[in-house]
Amino acid sequence: MSTKVVIKQSTYFDSVSLMSLSTKANQIEGVEQAVIAMGTDMNKEVLKNVGLLTPELEAAKTSDLMIVVKAATVELCESALIAIEELFKKKGGSKSATEIKYSTIDSAVASIPEANLAVISVNGAFAAREARKALENDLHVMLFSDNVSIEEEIALKQFAHEKGLLMMGPDCGTAIIGNVALCFGNAVRKGSIGIVGASGTGSQEVSVRIHDFGGGITQLIGTGGRDLSEQVGGIMMLDGIKALEEDEATKVIVLISKPPAPSVQEKVLAQVKNSKKPVVVYFIGGDEAAVVQAGGHFAKTSKEAAIKAVVLAGANEDELNKRALNWPLIEEVRAKLTPEQKYVRGLFCGGTLCDEAMYLAMEKYEDVYSNIQKKADYKLKNIHESKAHTYLDMGDDDFTNGKPHPMIDPSSRIARFLEEAKDPSVGVILMDFILGFGSHEDPVGVMLPAIIEAKDQAAKEGRHLEILGYVLGTDLDTPNFDEQVKKLMDAGVTIASSSTNAGLLAREFVAKGE
Amino acid sequence: MSKINELFNGKIHAINVGIEFFKDDIIKQNANASHLDWKPPGGGKPELINALDRLENTAVADKIAGANKLAVERIINSQPMLVGFDQAINVVPGMTKTTILHAGPPITWDKMCGAMKGAVTGAIVFEGLAKDIEEAEQVAASGAITFSPCHEHNCVGSMAGVTSASMFMHVVKNKTYGNVAYTNLSEQMAKILRMGANDESVIARLNWMRDVLGPMLRDAMKIAGEIDLRLMLAQALHMGDECHNRNNAGTSLLIQALTPYILETDFTKEQKREVFDFVASSDYFSGPTWMAMCKCALDAAHGIENSTIVTTMARNGVEFGIRVSGMAGNTWFTGPAQKVVGPMFAGYKPEDSGLDIGDSAITETYGIGGFAMAAAPAIVALVGGTVEEAIGFSTTMKEITTAENPNVTIPLLDFQGVATGIDIRQVIQTGILPIINTAIAHKDAGIGMIGAGITYPPMVAFEKALLAVTETIS
Repeated sequence: MSTKVVIKQSTYFDSVSLMSLSTKANQIEGVEQAVIAMGTDMNKEVLKNVGLLTPELEAAKTSDLMIVVKAATVELCESALIAIEELFKKKGGSKSATEIKYSTIDSAVASIPEANLAVISVNGAFAAREARKALENDLHVMLFSDNVSIEEEIALKQFAHEKGLLMMGPDCGTAIIGNVALCFGNAVRKGSIGIVGASGTGSQEVSVRIHDFGGGITQLIGTGGRDLSEQVGGIMMLDGIKALEEDEATKVIVLISKPPAPSVQEKVLAQVKNSKKPVVVYFIGGDEAAVVQAGGHFAKTSKEAAIKAVVLAGANEDELNKRALNWPLIEEVRAKLTPEQKYVRGLFCGGTLCDEAMYLAMEKYEDVYSNIQKKADYKLKNIHESKAHTYLDMGDDDFTNGKPHPMIDPSSRIARFLEEAKDPSVGVILMDFILGFGSHEDPVGVMLPAIIEAKDQAAKEGRHLEILGYVLGTDLDTPNFDEQVKKLMDAGVTIASSSTNAGLLAREFVAKGE
Repeated sequence: MSKINELFNGKIHAINVGIEFFKDDIIKQNANASHLDWKPPGGGKPELINALDRLENTAVADKIAGANKLAVERIINSQPMLVGFDQAINVVPGMTKTTILHAGPPITWDKMCGAMKGAVTGAIVFEGLAKDIEEAEQVAASGAITFSPCHEHNCVGSMAGVTSASMFMHVVKNKTYGNVAYTNLSEQMAKILRMGANDESVIARLNWMRDVLGPMLRDAMKIAGEIDLRLMLAQALHMGDECHNRNNAGTSLLIQALTPYILETDFTKEQKREVFDFVASSDYFSGPTWMAMCKCALDAAHGIENSTIVTTMARNGVEFGIRVSGMAGNTWFTGPAQKVVGPMFAGYKPEDSGLDIGDSAITETYGIGGFAMAAAPAIVALVGGTVEEAIGFSTTMKEITTAENPNVTIPLLDFQGVATGIDIRQVIQTGILPIINTAIAHKDAGIGMIGAGITYPPMVAFEKALLAVTETIS
């Protein structure tokens, strides 16, 4: 039997806390007996009665804290003393009813060791600093904020890469990690398809289509729109592919982006070539041959990407309802439009949805204008005035510029819609309505009065105004998908079943002489 | 398994910084999320963010971390002992017959607020340097008086902090590090010199304190030897004091310790009775004692190269000044003194209030007072708050401090130690200012205390300090 004594001079604890600490100390494994008490005469008497009083303890003053441990061996005594020290420390962090507010990532992580991810959406001027703090604290980062410089983005992504952490963003609106949608995302089934996406709404669209086709998602890693630029070099997409390669639950990988910089596409496709898992590549308006050469599965549209992914994941292609284009409907609409009603006007909240519809229009028409056109001749000089076929990404900086995104504040889209509805050369107005986490609580409802007003006005003028709506969401999303669709249909809006079909229907409705 | 794959397979616990509903959406999906109470660092000022960035450079940050660890250790390990009472002229460094010490950062007579002017003129009359207040004003303005901050003489002074040669001082010695701190005696009551009152009753009380109370305490301590103030402070916190605005327990403990020795002194029974009645007349008796205790501990942590720990917060009724350990000596960083918000005595209105005044914020600098509000639920009404708010103040202060003092703990917070070692970097980073519990003096000379409440330092003092420290350290 061995006994160890520690005397902490001039250290005050009240007797009630010390009794409680003594009780806990006696429960430490290997402890025969433990006493933690102030050096009062009464306490010394107690020690004497249990045979633990030593000369050292005898000399302790009233103001001294006495710790006495008796155990089978010296080693056990020493380990017990370490455990007792821990008891003194283990005071904070009790889960009380009042929520403790932390002001910095450092202090939050110090108190919440299980924290593993930071979701950052502060003003861009401060965002990189917070992201760096998060990475320093070993947190993965979802950086929603935009207006972060490309130099900061590169530095953050390199730092994250070195630390083996995710650095999703800046300007990353969508991710699904461990079945939890972050920022803007949809409620989709858990499954075996992993996505790495540089386009926010494009990734949302593919995840929703996969769900619609009966498939499910393992992870959706957002990279931010600039990841595949020459400067950033696809750091996050390459790390994302690698992580999905190593993820046992992921059977199929889908990559989504606007066309990458050529050197970056080369790097990404080189990694696709080495992948042991099938990879579906949807680079909007991308080059099929290069993808096929790398052994990837090329998808021209978001819908095709989803179909290929679910089939590769094991779905029976013959049993899929691929939601083929409704040609009788197209003929019907064509018949209603006058020869002057030649043009499509697309007013989008989702940038990738705009992009996809625009690319589909460009396959058929030359005069397709947009604020996000790559072809300089067709980039709108005045974004407030439409020309021929016009597809507007109203969530782009051109339109927001300090104002809230149209998904949150729909007023600018409503105003533009009413303008377009008056134009006699317009055959169809195409709009997206995005549901799910982070979305407006009733995106259709806020647009509805304007839709009814425009329809009435057109009817008075004796022309048919075709309004085509696409609701991006799943049956699990909030607000309710069916209710949103019904509201549109009741107002006479035609519904597209996917982003791809929306783009195809719009271009076909206004086709003349086919 | 890589960290990313661990994330895939683990349970999400997100720290949400920015848009709050992102946290709500995560929680709706049965994952955990904690929302930060985030503000732009440095109020969004680029020069301050730049300074924070410079201080975060690894080599610099390591230097600061080492220095701050040392500074906080010295605060925590300091064992201030009450070792005696004596007249200022006998013990205070630099004291002369024509020196008047005052609270807060340096200030000249013409700029002093009403309460301080009232106290200064009262002290001049008390010292026999003028026959009445009117003449005292001329003396004060004449240049014959040396004005100097208490803090620059190892002293602290409550409210106006006016300290003159013949006043009796606590003598508090740091058993661990050897330095000594001083403060004068509580005058009890409301209509008192330190609050700016200076009529005959005030001077008469000062005379009695010089002739009876002071000498009796001096003689008692000669017999007692020393009293462990930190130990007593820790007990007082467990008994419901925060030791700035509530001193009921501390005063009982202190007089309990002094009484046997007071009885042994050679004063008459009547004089002893007067002293006990005087002590019993206000719970504030031990208020200055804790100030000297805190000053003693914080002085031991001042002047540590590269440290960003605040060692002084003090106000003169016009300006609020702080000192930082890494800026040795008497380098003050100042900003305008703020209003004190809280309940007022009957008959007074907020517009009667003088601005924040006194060296008593030394208690918050140490980690008690407003920082230990959770220890004193009895006085949350006095400071205009609820018990929950009191707890909130004490936990929030951890966001701007470096450590918890294991020697001074708060029962209501599961015996966590008080938040110790205010770091100017954290103040600028979080935008959280130290909270201060304090009394309110009337804005005019001659009236006295009219209420009590809470206040904060001006952020600009911390901003100036951060910029200066950045230039010095990095």
